[in-house]
Amino acid sequence: MIFKKFNIENKKARDLIPQVITVLALLSVIIYFATNAQINMGNRGISFGFGFLNQEASFDITFSMIEYDGSRSYGRAFLVGLLNTILVSAIGIFFATIAGVIVGVSRLSDNYLIAKVAEWYVEIFRNIPLILQIFFWYFAALRALPLPENGISFNDISFLTIKGWYVPKFIWTNFNIFILSVIAAFIAIYFVNSYATKQREQFGKQLPTTTISLSTLILIPLITFLFFGVSLNFEYPVLKQLSPTVYTYEGGVSIIPELIALALALSMYTATFIAENVRAGILGVSKGQKEAAASIGLNKNQILKLVVMPQALRIIIPPTTNQYLNLTKNSSLAAAIAYPDIVLVFAGTALMQTGRAIEIISITMLTYLTLSILISIFMNWYNKKMAIKEK
Amino acid sequence: MMKSIKTWILIGFASLLLVACGQGGGGAGSKKSKTLDNTKKAGFVKCGVSQGLPGFSNADASGNWSGIDVDVCRAVAAAVLGDADKVKYTPLSAKERFTALTSGEIDVLARNTTWTLSRDADIGLTFVGVNFYDGQGFMVRKNSGINSVNDFKDGISACTNTGTTTELNMRDFFNSKNIKYEPIAFEKADEVVQAYDAGRCDTYTTDKSGLAAQRTKMSNPDDHKVLPETISKEPLGPVVRQGDAVWEDIVRWSLNTMIEAEEYGVNSSNASSLKDSDNPAIKRLVGSEGELGAAFGLDNDWSLRIIEQVGNYGESYKKHIADTGILPNRGPNQLWTKGGILYVPPAR
Repeated sequence: MIFKKFNIENKKARDLIPQVITVLALLSVIIYFATNAQINMGNRGISFGFGFLNQEASFDITFSMIEYDGSRSYGRAFLVGLLNTILVSAIGIFFATIAGVIVGVSRLSDNYLIAKVAEWYVEIFRNIPLILQIFFWYFAALRALPLPENGISFNDISFLTIKGWYVPKFIWTNFNIFILSVIAAFIAIYFVNSYATKQREQFGKQLPTTTISLSTLILIPLITFLFFGVSLNFEYPVLKQLSPTVYTYEGGVSIIPELIALALALSMYTATFIAENVRAGILGVSKGQKEAAASIGLNKNQILKLVVMPQALRIIIPPTTNQYLNLTKNSSLAAAIAYPDIVLVFAGTALMQTGRAIEIISITMLTYLTLSILISIFMNWYNKKMAIKEK
Repeated sequence: MMKSIKTWILIGFASLLLVACGQGGGGAGSKKSKTLDNTKKAGFVKCGVSQGLPGFSNADASGNWSGIDVDVCRAVAAAVLGDADKVKYTPLSAKERFTALTSGEIDVLARNTTWTLSRDADIGLTFVGVNFYDGQGFMVRKNSGINSVNDFKDGISACTNTGTTTELNMRDFFNSKNIKYEPIAFEKADEVVQAYDAGRCDTYTTDKSGLAAQRTKMSNPDDHKVLPETISKEPLGPVVRQGDAVWEDIVRWSLNTMIEAEEYGVNSSNASSLKDSDNPAIKRLVGSEGELGAAFGLDNDWSLRIIEQVGNYGESYKKHIADTGILPNRGPNQLWTKGGILYVPPAR
C-alpha cells in the first residue's frame, strides 16, 4: 500500500502533505483563471503583451516632475503618474504627521478650548468620506479662489489663484556643491549627536544638540554661498494677458490646485487617525514613568523628550504605518479631480487609448503593492530601531 | 488519520479535474449567435450607455433613459425581443466602456463612441455604423474676447474628459498651432463642466454635440459660446464585441433600418399602413416582402417593430437632439438626399 509510508508515525509527511496539496490547489485555481482569461481573450481577438509600453502615448499631462510630452512612450507616462503619486503621498504623509502629532497632543492639553477644538476636528474629519472631502477642497475651495488677474499676492512674488499657486522658480548655479554641503552637514550632525549621547550616558551631561544641529545645517551650506560660488536666483511669476479677459501667469512654478486640494484632503483626513494614535501612545505610557522622571529632577520638556516619547513611539509607530499605507492608497482617488496620478494617467488614459486592461491593471496593482511594501519595510526598520533593546 | 490524508488528495485531484474541464468554456460560437441566444434567454438587451449626456443617453428623474444612443438599444430590443422597452441600461464612464463590452457585461455599446482604426482593429471591438457625425470644438466664455481658435495663446488651460479621442485631438491641434497649453483631464463629464464653470480652465473642449448639451448644465448657459471651428472628425456609433457576426449584423441593420425608414418616409405612425405600398423597398422595410429577417434568425416583422416602436432616424433626432435645443440644425446628420452624409446600404 502506497499510503503505508504516510502513516500516523511519520509526522513529517503528515504535516507536509496537506500543505503541499493546499499550495497545489491554489496554484490550480490561479492557472485556471489565467488560462481561461487567455482563451477568452484569444476568442475575442485581444492580444496580450507589454509592447505597448514603448509606443507613443500621444496625450499630454498637466503636471509632471520629469520631462514629458505626448511624443514620449506609455512607459514614460507611467513613470510620470508614478512620480506624481509618490509626490502627493509624500506631501500628504509629511503634513498628516505634523498635524496628527499637534492635534494628538492638543487633545491631551489641560486647556479646555484647545482640547475641545482638537476633539471636534478629529470627529468631523474622520467621519466624512474622503472622496467628499476631496471634492469639497477642490470644488468649494476652488470657487472661492480669485481669477489670475485678481490673484492673492504674497509680497508680489507668489500668487494664489484658481488656476494654481504660482511660486518663484529657483535657479541655482553650482547646485551640486550645495547638495554636497547639505549632505556634509547631515553627517556632521550625526557625529555630534552620537557624541552627545555618549556624553549623556557616561557623564550625565546634557549638550544643546538641537541648537548645534540647526546651526550646522545653516552654517555649512551658507559657507558654500560665500566661498564656493553657489548662488540662487529666482524667476518670479508674471501676469500675462491671453485675451481681453483671460489671464495667466508666466514664469515661476505653478503648483496646480488639484495637487493642493488632494494633498490637503489626504493630510486633513489621515491626520485624524494619526492624532488618535499619538493620543493612545502618550496615554499608554504609565504615570509612574513620568513621576519617576520628575523625581530625578528632569524638567517637563526633558520628561517628554527622554522618557515619554521614546516609549509612546513604540505604541504609535505600528498603527501609524497603517495610516501611511492608507494615505498612499487613498491618493488613487486623485482621478476624481484630475490630478494626474498613476490611476488617472496610466490606469485611466493609457488604458483607454490602448485597451490593454489586463496588462495595465496588473502593472498598476503591482506598483501600489511595491509602494506599500517599501513603506512597510521602512516603517518596520524604524519600529525596530525604536523598540526596547534588551541588553 | 489515513482518511483525512485521502480526503486531501481527493480534493487535490478534484481541483485539477476542474481546471481541465474549465478550459473548454468561454468560446463564442461562429455559426450561431451566442449573444442572440443569450439575449433571448435573458429577455432583455444588455446595453452600455453614458453616465448622462443630454440628447444621446440621459436618464430622467424616474430612471427612464432616452436619447439617440438609447434608441439604438431600443431598436435592437424591438427587433430581437419584440419590445423596445426590454433593455437593461448600464451607465459607463469612458474608461470602463470597452472593458464592459469585451468582458460580456454588455452586448451593445451605444455611448457616443468615436470610430477609430485602433479601437476597431486592436481591442476586440467592431463598430457597426455611425449614428451621429460629430466633430470636436471648443467652448469659451463669451466675455473672453476669444472668437476663433486663432485667438488662443501660449499658457491657455483646456479642460476635457480623460480616456477619449478628444484628449488626443486636443494635443494634435495645439501642437500643430505651436501653442503651449495646460491640459486638465477629468474622468466624468460633470466634473469637467464644474471645473470649467468655476474658471479653472479657459476653454472646454469635446465633441460639439457634447458642448451644446453640457452648456445647458452651466450656471449661466448664455455666458458661454462654442467657437466656429471643428478640429476633428468624430463619427459616433454603436459597438459590439468582435467574433459574433450575426449579432453584429443585427445591431448594424437595426440602425440602418432607422435611417432607411426616414429615407423612404416610413415613420412610427404610418409604418403598418404601408404594408401594401407600391414601392418594394418600403414593403421590404415593413416586412411585407422578402424574407430579410431570416438571415439573422429573426422573424419578418423585425424592421416594422423598430419603426413602429422606436421611429425612424429623423423622428429620433427631432425628439432628442433638435427639440431639446441641443443642435436644432441637423448639419451632416441629414440624409444624403437632403444634403447631409447619412447614407446606408439598401436593405434587400
